[in-house]
Amino acid sequence: QQSIKHNKQYKMASSGSGYDLNPSTFSPDGRIFQVEYASKAVDNAGTALGIQCSDGIVVCVEKPKPTAISKMLVQHSMTSKRVHPVSQHCGLAFTGLASDARQLVNRAKEEAANYKDTYGSEIPPKILADRMSAYVHYFTLHGSLRPFGATTLIAGYDVDLKEHALYMVEPSGVAYQYHGCAAGKGRQSCKTELEKVLLSSQTSLESTTVSVTSQEAVKQLARMIQLLQEDSNNKDVELEMGWVCAESGWNFARVGTTIVDEALVWAKADIEAAEEEDDDEDDENDMEE
Amino acid sequence: STHNIHTNTPKTMMQHQHQHHAGHPNYESQLKPGEVGTGTTIMAIPFDGGVVLGADSRVSTGVYVANRVCDKIAQLHDNIWCLRSGSASDCQALTDYVKHYLSQHAIDVGRPPMVKTAAYLMKRLVYENKDKLLAGVIVGGWDPVEKGSVYNVPLGGACLKMPVAIGGSGSPFIYGLVDSEMAKGPKDKAEALALVKKAVSHAMSRDGSSGGIIRTVVVTSTGNEYEYTSGSDLPYGP
Repeated sequence: QQSIKHNKQYKMASSGSGYDLNPSTFSPDGRIFQVEYASKAVDNAGTALGIQCSDGIVVCVEKPKPTAISKMLVQHSMTSKRVHPVSQHCGLAFTGLASDARQLVNRAKEEAANYKDTYGSEIPPKILADRMSAYVHYFTLHGSLRPFGATTLIAGYDVDLKEHALYMVEPSGVAYQYHGCAAGKGRQSCKTELEKVLLSSQTSLESTTVSVTSQEAVKQLARMIQLLQEDSNNKDVELEMGWVCAESGWNFARVGTTIVDEALVWAKADIEAAEEEDDDEDDENDMEE
Repeated sequence: STHNIHTNTPKTMMQHQHQHHAGHPNYESQLKPGEVGTGTTIMAIPFDGGVVLGADSRVSTGVYVANRVCDKIAQLHDNIWCLRSGSASDCQALTDYVKHYLSQHAIDVGRPPMVKTAAYLMKRLVYENKDKLLAGVIVGGWDPVEKGSVYNVPLGGACLKMPVAIGGSGSPFIYGLVDSEMAKGPKDKAEALALVKKAVSHAMSRDGSSGGIIRTVVVTSTGNEYEYTSGSDLPYGP
């Protein structure tokens, strides 16, 4: 009875009735509904973006301004951050249920420290992504546990191979390496924008000359988030960014608030300029008639 | 995770201090009665393009030479080797563990492991079990990141990257020789191999627990050259 009531809230094609009570149950058509519901929690949360640049990785998360939630919240407190370094060269950005994601961040820090103790080197991002995806996956097959309602973007630098990489770990436990990725509310439009940016001066994403630099990417990501805000008319949102790049000495660091603010200013101006161009074009078309 | 028996207690630390004489471990008294020891001379030198590792071949139980042609060189991975000294059984156990963890690690990272990683694994095992083990190990090899490198992991479980490493009961006798030869400048492959044979020969002639033949491995990016120098061909001695 509880599950039928629950499903009537969703305009889903198939009902989970009876097969969605815990992750240890498959539905007859081969789905694990609890994992899908966990992804829904991420889909409804703030947008997180990541992009692989020629000289590093940049990640970005939009989140509600603390003042929009409560005037008593301290701004820029560590407790409200969505971008966290987990080792010297690796960091996480997350979206979804913040409390779930915090545990993932803690786990990532443990994995990184444990790897360093055992093998003597900083954890390569590939290994960190493997460990995190195994951890997240573990919670998708126990009757007594629920999946994490959070997606983490892993930005890292492999000190030995001297390569930077971006991974995204979803609530189902899959982790892929991306040129550009997005999660959360605005992921559909952001994915299109990311492709435009990455393909702007190369014929395919697999070509070795990625043209976007980290500096440029900061501005572009700010622009994408700003576009979402304009669409949804939501002004109570602020940005958090992190990067691991040549500029940061290949250490994962949060991008300074000055740089982020400047990027937002640039983004707003760029969007306005683009709109004016569109208006001019429309005017020209009208005049021809 | 690594094999962890006991952490070091104050009592065992005192025992260690008592048994060490003038900074050199007394191998004979630390072996259990009847235990097979590799009173040994081992040596490794990195050169431009790889590493040379060398060892003598004597295994003794007391004054009896249990094996005069023993192989003290163990392979940890394709291009990573280690040299053993101290208790033969302890060294073999350590080598087996490190080989196992290293092979799994290589699959995880998807590329050849680094010598540094092998050395760290060895160090972790030796340090965490220092009160139960008597093993001095030298890890050396070639990897694409650091090229040729050598790490000395002595009794207590330190991990020291060095331009030349010597170990075993025969090593005190050749510190002077090795230091003066190394001061002459960096070695290429032939010079490094010659120095290893010369130094180990000198140690074998002065240390009763070292002797037999000299086994050497030259490790480069292209592979390993594994040879031995018989007793009659030693550059120095008996």
